[in-house]
Amino acid sequence: MVKEIERHGIPVVHMCTVVPISVTVGANRIVPTVAIPYPLGDPSLPPAEEKELRRKLVKKALDALCTEVAEQTVF
Amino acid sequence: MRIVHYINQFFAGYGGEEKADLVPEKRDGAVGPGAALNAALGGTGEIVGTVICGDSYFNENLEIATPEVLSMIKSFSPDMVIVGPGFNAGRYGMACGMVAKVVDEELKIPVVGGLYEENPGLEIYKRHGYFVPTGNNAGTMRKAVPDMAAIVKKIIAGEAVTEGFFEKGLRVNYFAEKRGSTRAVEMLLAKIAGEDFTTEYPMPVFDRVAPGPAIKDMSKARIALVSSGGPVPKGNPDRIESSSASKFGKYSLADVTHFTPDNGETAHGGYDPVYANLSLDRVLPVDVVKEMVAAGQIGSLHQYWYSTVGNGTAVASSKAFATEIAQELLRDDVDCVILTST
Repeated sequence: MVKEIERHGIPVVHMCTVVPISVTVGANRIVPTVAIPYPLGDPSLPPAEEKELRRKLVKKALDALCTEVAEQTVF
Repeated sequence: MRIVHYINQFFAGYGGEEKADLVPEKRDGAVGPGAALNAALGGTGEIVGTVICGDSYFNENLEIATPEVLSMIKSFSPDMVIVGPGFNAGRYGMACGMVAKVVDEELKIPVVGGLYEENPGLEIYKRHGYFVPTGNNAGTMRKAVPDMAAIVKKIIAGEAVTEGFFEKGLRVNYFAEKRGSTRAVEMLLAKIAGEDFTTEYPMPVFDRVAPGPAIKDMSKARIALVSSGGPVPKGNPDRIESSSASKFGKYSLADVTHFTPDNGETAHGGYDPVYANLSLDRVLPVDVVKEMVAAGQIGSLHQYWYSTVGNGTAVASSKAFATEIAQELLRDDVDCVILTST
């Protein structure tokens, strides 16, 4: 899906836990995440800290979208 | 011939996603599908030990899990290793592939496995084992077992294994009757004459898309949220299937500031849904994205989110979903996308 959306000219950042799969399918901007059942969270953290973790990951994803890449890049 | 079998928590009988965090363990003899494999081998070889690991544990802790599993395999002093079959289970296929790789590289003994053609583990690791084509789900076990056993038996008998598995992409040396330059010129002449010819070195097909340009100013950009992790409104109104999804859903973000157990859940059947159902922001980060929009860090947010279940879903279906989604995004002048996967 990442690749097909990007094929239409819209840059996509892929946030996922199993990075090798993302590389194989051809994502160009990849941000590794926490775990398969909760990529953007961590139930072991208090809610405020969990949200802060999520904010950092999303910020990283936005930075990835603002970065020119010539090839597949894991941020 | 001593064989060690690698399987996941499901085929060991522990359970499904709720047990996917199982740490590696080993047991003497055959477990689960190993019994059928042993029977199919008819005494020519025997599964002397089984190594079991949860799919999430393996993939989330590759650097710890891989050596642990390898040393457990090694403790049985095997002559061969069987992995799976993993069908179209993504994480299981990745684990089977990684195990094949380390066994091939470190123990230098043959590996036999079984995977569906679209399993991501196949593309990455196929050169490290004889992977038999299987169906896309465990219902096809009865076909997979004899196919895998046939290759195991050939290896035990010392016969060349030339078919019945996915091409490894390795070159094999042999003596040809004509030298290379002669063969190349003959091929060229055939090509010029418009005749059929067979290349000796097919070029790999890379379906790659060039990276989209960077966003110049995020505070002016319109962003959209898409996910293959199955985030849907509570109740899954479109009944998106938990695996092999036949559709995607489009849902309004107008009234969502963040997710609670009452307004969102996951439709995905390939991971433990407990955490996502408590707070779907863990899969689709609506809470922080909306805050960033309000704070002016992001220009604006596309008013819908798009979701499907990427669990055993055919590549052709995903392509079709994404094409439709992309056209909607273009119509709304979306500049960039965050796509989350589980």
